[in-house]
Amino acid sequence: MMNLTPETLGRMDEAIAHYPVRRSAVLPLLHLVQEDQGHVSDEAIEWIASKLGLQPINVYELVTFYPMFRRKPIGRTHIKVCRTLSCAIMGGYRTCAEFQKAFGTGLGQVSPDGEVTVEFVECLASCGTAPVVMIGDKLHERVDAAKARSLSEDIKAGAPPAARGR
Amino acid sequence: MIFRHVDEPGYTSDLACYVRNGGYEVLRKAVARKPEELVDQVKRSGLRGRGGAGFPCGVKWTLLDRKSGKPIYLVVNADESEPGTFKDRYIIHQDPHQLIEGSMITCFANRVERAYIYIRGEFPEGARILERAIAEARAANFVGPDILGSGYGCEMYVHRGAGAYICGEETGLIESLEGKRPYPRIKPPYFPAVLGLYQCPTIVNNVETICHVKHIADMGGDAFSKIGTPNNTGTRIYCVSGHVRRPGTYEFDVGRLTIGELLHEVCGGPLPGRTFKAVIPGGSSAKVLRFGERFRGKRKVGADMVEYDWGVEDIPLDFDSLGMVGSMGGSGGVIVMDDSVSMVEALGNINEFYAHESCGQCTPCREGSLWMKKITARMVHGDARAEDGALLKSVADQIAGRTICAFGEACAWPTQSFVAKFGDEFTAYAQAKKQTRAEGAAELV
Amino acid sequence: MIQPATTDLITVNIDGKEVSVPKGTNMIEAARRVGIDVPHYCYHSKLTVVGNCRMCLVEMGMPAVDPATKAPVTDPATGRQRVNWMPRPAIACATSAMPGLHIRTTSPLVKDCREGVMEFLLINHPLDCPICDQAGECKLQEQSAGYGRGYSRFVEQKNVKPKRTLLGPRVMLDDERCILCSRCIRFCKEVAKDDVLGFTDRGSYSTLSCYPGRRLENNYSLNTVDICPVGALTSTDFRFKMRVWFLKQTNSIDTESSVGANTVVWSREGAVYRITPRQNDGVNDTWMADSGRVLYKATRGEGRLESVRVNGAESALDFAVRAAAELLAKGGAAIVGSGRSSVEEQFLARKLAVALKARAWLVSRVGEGDGLLVSADRNPNVRGALVTGLVGALPSGRLDELGALIDSGSVTAVVSVGEDLAAAGLTAAQLARVSVIYLGTHSNPTSAAARVLIPTLTVFEKHGTLINQQFRIQRFAKAVPGVAGATDDLVVLARLVGAVGGPVVGADVGSLWTAIAAEVPALGTMSYGNIPDTGLLVDGTPWAGLPFAEGPSLHHAPAAPAGKEAARV
Repeated sequence: MMNLTPETLGRMDEAIAHYPVRRSAVLPLLHLVQEDQGHVSDEAIEWIASKLGLQPINVYELVTFYPMFRRKPIGRTHIKVCRTLSCAIMGGYRTCAEFQKAFGTGLGQVSPDGEVTVEFVECLASCGTAPVVMIGDKLHERVDAAKARSLSEDIKAGAPPAARGR
Repeated sequence: MIFRHVDEPGYTSDLACYVRNGGYEVLRKAVARKPEELVDQVKRSGLRGRGGAGFPCGVKWTLLDRKSGKPIYLVVNADESEPGTFKDRYIIHQDPHQLIEGSMITCFANRVERAYIYIRGEFPEGARILERAIAEARAANFVGPDILGSGYGCEMYVHRGAGAYICGEETGLIESLEGKRPYPRIKPPYFPAVLGLYQCPTIVNNVETICHVKHIADMGGDAFSKIGTPNNTGTRIYCVSGHVRRPGTYEFDVGRLTIGELLHEVCGGPLPGRTFKAVIPGGSSAKVLRFGERFRGKRKVGADMVEYDWGVEDIPLDFDSLGMVGSMGGSGGVIVMDDSVSMVEALGNINEFYAHESCGQCTPCREGSLWMKKITARMVHGDARAEDGALLKSVADQIAGRTICAFGEACAWPTQSFVAKFGDEFTAYAQAKKQTRAEGAAELV
Repeated sequence: MIQPATTDLITVNIDGKEVSVPKGTNMIEAARRVGIDVPHYCYHSKLTVVGNCRMCLVEMGMPAVDPATKAPVTDPATGRQRVNWMPRPAIACATSAMPGLHIRTTSPLVKDCREGVMEFLLINHPLDCPICDQAGECKLQEQSAGYGRGYSRFVEQKNVKPKRTLLGPRVMLDDERCILCSRCIRFCKEVAKDDVLGFTDRGSYSTLSCYPGRRLENNYSLNTVDICPVGALTSTDFRFKMRVWFLKQTNSIDTESSVGANTVVWSREGAVYRITPRQNDGVNDTWMADSGRVLYKATRGEGRLESVRVNGAESALDFAVRAAAELLAKGGAAIVGSGRSSVEEQFLARKLAVALKARAWLVSRVGEGDGLLVSADRNPNVRGALVTGLVGALPSGRLDELGALIDSGSVTAVVSVGEDLAAAGLTAAQLARVSVIYLGTHSNPTSAAARVLIPTLTVFEKHGTLINQQFRIQRFAKAVPGVAGATDDLVVLARLVGAVGGPVVGADVGSLWTAIAAEVPALGTMSYGNIPDTGLLVDGTPWAGLPFAEGPSLHHAPAAPAGKEAARV
């Protein structure tokens, strides 16, 4: 029912073995599920709870606490714009507006073409190269309005996988 | 020292490159010594934590409860989330083996047999790099059941966070590692050195601090203590961001540089046509300093008490001096704001961060941080009232000192200091019928 | 009760008052002992300490000593040893007694701390008092009145969260009122062992939840309502029924099982509105099972017996007593007493048995113990029957022996005190062969077949005592009057005793106890008025060898495992 790849399942067992207490493996398992499936479903929460001998509420509490875990599918590309002070005073809000405009989408939604979800995130620890944006797993630095537009074009043109990410 | 190989052309993060550059030689020598010796060296070095609290590392290690018979853990705090801080990122991504070597020395010194690197979830590349580096190190017996044939064994694993600043708080981190909601623990009784991870004695140290341990093991504690200034020893990585010409990371001896020297000489001064207005010297939790403020008092230099009369530019960048002028060295994150920034809006931006990141466990922080955010948001987007500055200060005063963890101070100090130092802007904001933004200024809230 | 002397006492100083407390006592409890209230929300004496509400912040200090010589440093102003007060306040719930510890609860700092915390708790709290069931027993109301600033400075928009979530069949949740103290979560995890509640989301948007699809439905769910300091968790049964300040509180005992959990019955004008637990650290701490709380509903429920009947026709008590005496005087009488009767009623039943030279039986009720506050013995007072001598061994669930005696013609009249003989195994034929005199509260096949039917009172309508599984005798008191046609069991039994030629005995608890103390060896040193609210342990050694059905409970650890085979009557 969960349809996780064998590789994911293998990495899960590896992760569980890293800890003397099974409960510690919740975060690693949640990350693995999200990488495998794109988001964390209700089913995944119950599956992980059962696998680690926990109650579903124990997992649910964490999924709703940590912003990185998504409960629903998002656009093919995840654009995360830093909104904290250093990036903001260097124009981060304008950068985010540019991305939204390029794809005609609001914050946290899936864009009409299904391509992106644009979100604000808190400090990404690269304040010296503000404003910064994470697209998928990759960090992009000094993303002013012009660079935001150019990155958006790359995404629309089918940019290489490194720039994208679920 | 720490950043010797960061951004070095041709330097790569793999083991071979590290070893070529003399890597793991310090570990080799360390495991031949007595663990207590190494602890002693760290104590003599005067090394203070680089994560934000500046607590003496050697003292932290001696507080470990070694009598309980429980296993001792090391947790490397790689959660780097303090706004304005971006140094551990480079160590992790570009010189991971320095961290691993420092960790193994730390583990050996404290008889730790299992270590975790808690790395923030927003460093996915960094986590992969660290895992690969640990695997390389394990293959070469720098990590594992029998390190370099010494008979001492230690295992190390990477554990990823998922987007919560409070996981940088040592007991919040421990709760997160245990798989629970990262609610910091009440101290007493849950001091990590006694009741830490899995209720076992635990050391939690910042990435940069651990790297310094390697260098202390190499050069000796006394030599390390001669770098920097008394009680503020060694080097540290200053992270400068905001309105300077050359933002970035700069490693200097602690206290050998003043704010003015750092911002003007090293970072090239303000942007064209602008003047410095405010600087937060130690991560966004530190109290803000207003350019034009003067600080007067007496301080100990050598054996004497000497008077000082400083403008912001004159303040030496060490823990004690910054503490004396009412701010803190913190994480070394120096955020610079020029005259284009509205301080009300800047505080609004900061308040939103803390309201978002508050874990929600205890009343003052949970309710107070959101209240302060609502006030500044209303001031910026709606109606600012004359009494809002005083109200903000009063709310912040009800949080600091009353919470389970230092997040209370972290969210209260910005508000207290912004209102105290820039009260005129808060009043003017209330009086203006319509807020105007300086030319070229960015939206912040 | 005389407290045994303890040696591990530590003296602390609270607001200038010295108090000696056992090691490990926290400052909220220590302050309570000297009559000082330290306000708090998240602290509960039976749950782990979390220290998250911050309401109990107090100033703490230690006596000043010279660091080198360790000699006390004197304060010149007072001439006494100076106290170094910490600049940062500490939470009293997590501060354990230490020699020399000083606590201040009345300083300006503490006042400001309390006003601050109160203000923070109220800024997102909805203005629900007029419609909230907790009003009148709400800690937020009490502490804001006692320690709050009295006005609000909040002009922003309050958080909106789900209201009126049915968390389970008996518990309603209003997330806006919740102050996130986590008492309910800790209770479910630590006491009820049903880890079903948790906080979702983060910061001020944190919300108490069940996992979607799961419910808070364990048999202790209503304890979360009791301990919730505000109106976030409320009882669906009690919802909107009555304001608590109109209710009279009467001490009682849960009769669901032999645990004997202490309770409070809340009533007004003859009607019971709810039952809550009463603290007894030796029996039930501060908890009781949900299933025991609904027992009051039967008092006005279906089948309540309301008129004295003789041969089916309505009659008067005197006539019924005479009719019963005549039936019993023919000889061949038997008594079926009850493990649900009080000690006093069992005492009189024994008198009746003696006067009639009749044997007495009890009917056992055994279920599965839950290891907490519902024991395997669903009769609350079997031990009372043993102690009074009504029976000599543990009862069986069936009255086969009595049935055989009926079949053989030895028994022709049976007095049943509240027990349905059919349910205990007597056949319709056997019932038809005897004259049944039934004393009880609710109708059943036996009451329908009775020649003499005398309605009596439920536990809520009379006074008495019960002896629980620990051999602890505990009092219950009358909360509401009985239905019009019912008579106090003691009155009926006393009259029957007199009518069949037995001795004259008092028909009220007070005067009856003179006789009880005189005639029942185990209770010889007691008087009704002197039994404390937490009960009194009776010497149960004469019955120690019996194979009682109960296994371990919260405060009961039987020495030998419960035996299935019993030496039954």
